[in-house]
Amino acid sequence: MSDILLAVRDLKVHFPVRSAGWRGAHCHLKALDGVSFDVRAGESLGVVGESGCGKSTLARALLQLIPPTAGQVLWLGEDIAGLGDRAMRPRRRGLQIVFQDPLASLDPRMTVGDIIGEPLRVFQPELKPDQIRHRVETLMGTVGLLPHMINRYPHEFSGGQCQRIGIARAIVLQPKLVVCDEPVSALDVSIQAQIINLLMALQRQMGLALIFISHDLSIVRHLSHRVMVLYLGRVMELGHRDGLYRNPLHPYTRALLSAVPIPDPDLERARQRVTLTGDLPSPLAPPTGCVFRTRCPMADRRCEEHTPLLEPAGPGRQVACHHWRRNADT
Amino acid sequence: MAARIMIAFAARRCLSALPTLLIVITLAFFMMRLAPGGPFDQERALPPEIERNVLAAYNLDQPLWRQYLDYLADLTRGDFGPSFKYRDFTVAELIANGFPASLQIGGLAMLCAIVFGVGLGTVAALHQNSPLDYTVMTFAMTGIAVPNFVMAPLLTLLFGVYLSLLPVAGWGDGAWANKLLPVIALALPQVAYIARLTRGSMIEVLNSNYIRTARAKGLREGLVVTRHAVKGALLPVVSYLGPATAAVATGSVVIETIFDIPGTGRYFVEGALNRDYPLVMGVVVFYAAMIIALNLAVDLLYGLMDPKLRRP
Repeated sequence: MSDILLAVRDLKVHFPVRSAGWRGAHCHLKALDGVSFDVRAGESLGVVGESGCGKSTLARALLQLIPPTAGQVLWLGEDIAGLGDRAMRPRRRGLQIVFQDPLASLDPRMTVGDIIGEPLRVFQPELKPDQIRHRVETLMGTVGLLPHMINRYPHEFSGGQCQRIGIARAIVLQPKLVVCDEPVSALDVSIQAQIINLLMALQRQMGLALIFISHDLSIVRHLSHRVMVLYLGRVMELGHRDGLYRNPLHPYTRALLSAVPIPDPDLERARQRVTLTGDLPSPLAPPTGCVFRTRCPMADRRCEEHTPLLEPAGPGRQVACHHWRRNADT
Repeated sequence: MAARIMIAFAARRCLSALPTLLIVITLAFFMMRLAPGGPFDQERALPPEIERNVLAAYNLDQPLWRQYLDYLADLTRGDFGPSFKYRDFTVAELIANGFPASLQIGGLAMLCAIVFGVGLGTVAALHQNSPLDYTVMTFAMTGIAVPNFVMAPLLTLLFGVYLSLLPVAGWGDGAWANKLLPVIALALPQVAYIARLTRGSMIEVLNSNYIRTARAKGLREGLVVTRHAVKGALLPVVSYLGPATAAVATGSVVIETIFDIPGTGRYFVEGALNRDYPLVMGVVVFYAAMIIALNLAVDLLYGLMDPKLRRP
């Protein structure tokens, strides 16, 4: 289980932006600024953070749907960062993605059978049409769709069903890693649970590794082995789920976790909350030093002057904070 | 099941076309009569009794409403009446005579418009904001901005007179050289318009989520464009084909006159100038019916291309 599928090293994605007005000054939006982590075969890594922290950019940069500005994406030991469409094509068999908006991500003019079967036709041209059809129908059964719906179009399905189609499409070639970019944020809570359980079941059956991107901490806790916390395109904290949820070391993680409501009115009333003040700083002009210092209750001069590096803090644990020791075991 | 819905839709549309046609006929009939002069006005006035006889022979001495009702009655029997000017021909014969040339010019122009319009638009969209894109779009703006009665003489002047490559006018029994300039002049605005339309919708489709999905599947870029993008991007183009046909039909009236092509359009212009009432009416009815039919065909095609419209 410890073989590393994906190793990301100092990944940066900067978008050139022009400020308002005709001939505005050029500057860079640092959507991801030096992100490093590993994903092992069969494990699931949860990625959490506020809107605009770079979660979706990370998903797309991993799959080279956006070219990274710098850094390495080592897929099975080979750097795929910046590979062109042509070079990426064979590697997409093993590295797939489930998108956020279930309906819009499916071609409205294709039947479900064609959508799910298309990767098979492209990567296994030796398959005959009825073999493909058979594989697609089996897979539809696996993801909880009725196989006789194979000739329907995406708009005839509900959001949850569309996401099942999206998942079937992603796993049809039996990939090793599936990046799930907020796969349930567009769905009802009851449907969310179904999709999450489907993903977990598939993970067990197929030995899939998942990168699960979400802003919902409860869901991430439910299905992740390890959790990574992003803020303004940087990793704040990374660790095993239980350790991280029980004893968050980074003040940002603490604030995030304290915002999770508890489904028990008494406990909920007694809950201590670390409220963050202020807004997310503009990623166009991030704060000097630690990017979180403008909203951090523990910030001091040091945070202003020195950027904290991601440092080991216990087994499998990494934190980017000057003051994490003050949070340990409190 | 889908087929039955399609047939019902087509039948409904055919029925609703009848009032449209009636309005077109009525407007054309009375506007024609509002124009001063008559079919038998000449430099020298005819003696009154002869004029009376001539008018009576063509039922032009009847009250206007009477003539209108008679015309409608004739139409329902498929009778377009005789031409006033080309004495030995009926209007139906003249239309049948001129239509092959018009159809060739118009059909070729539409074909050019679709092939080059979609092609150029796609190329421009795939190279968005590149010099290639700007070149295509500048060409398209020119094509839309310059009216065909300006473009046609310019083309004639350049290719016919200065370069002496192509005949300046005439039909030449349908020789390719004779068709080239009229087809270009007729197609150019449509090529331009369709190119702009295709570029716009193509850019939109290429940025859509399902194209990202297609790329994530690992499809070749060519397949992404042909299998996923073009189908979606063509919908606005298909729905424009109806108006495009109408524009080509209107344009052909001018183009056929400029290039002296013996088509229906030229008969229409001559008919209008000579106050040849039945000829003008015949061409109007014929073109109106054709445009309505083509619009219906476009709607059916649209239904075939967009699964969302198939099951209401």
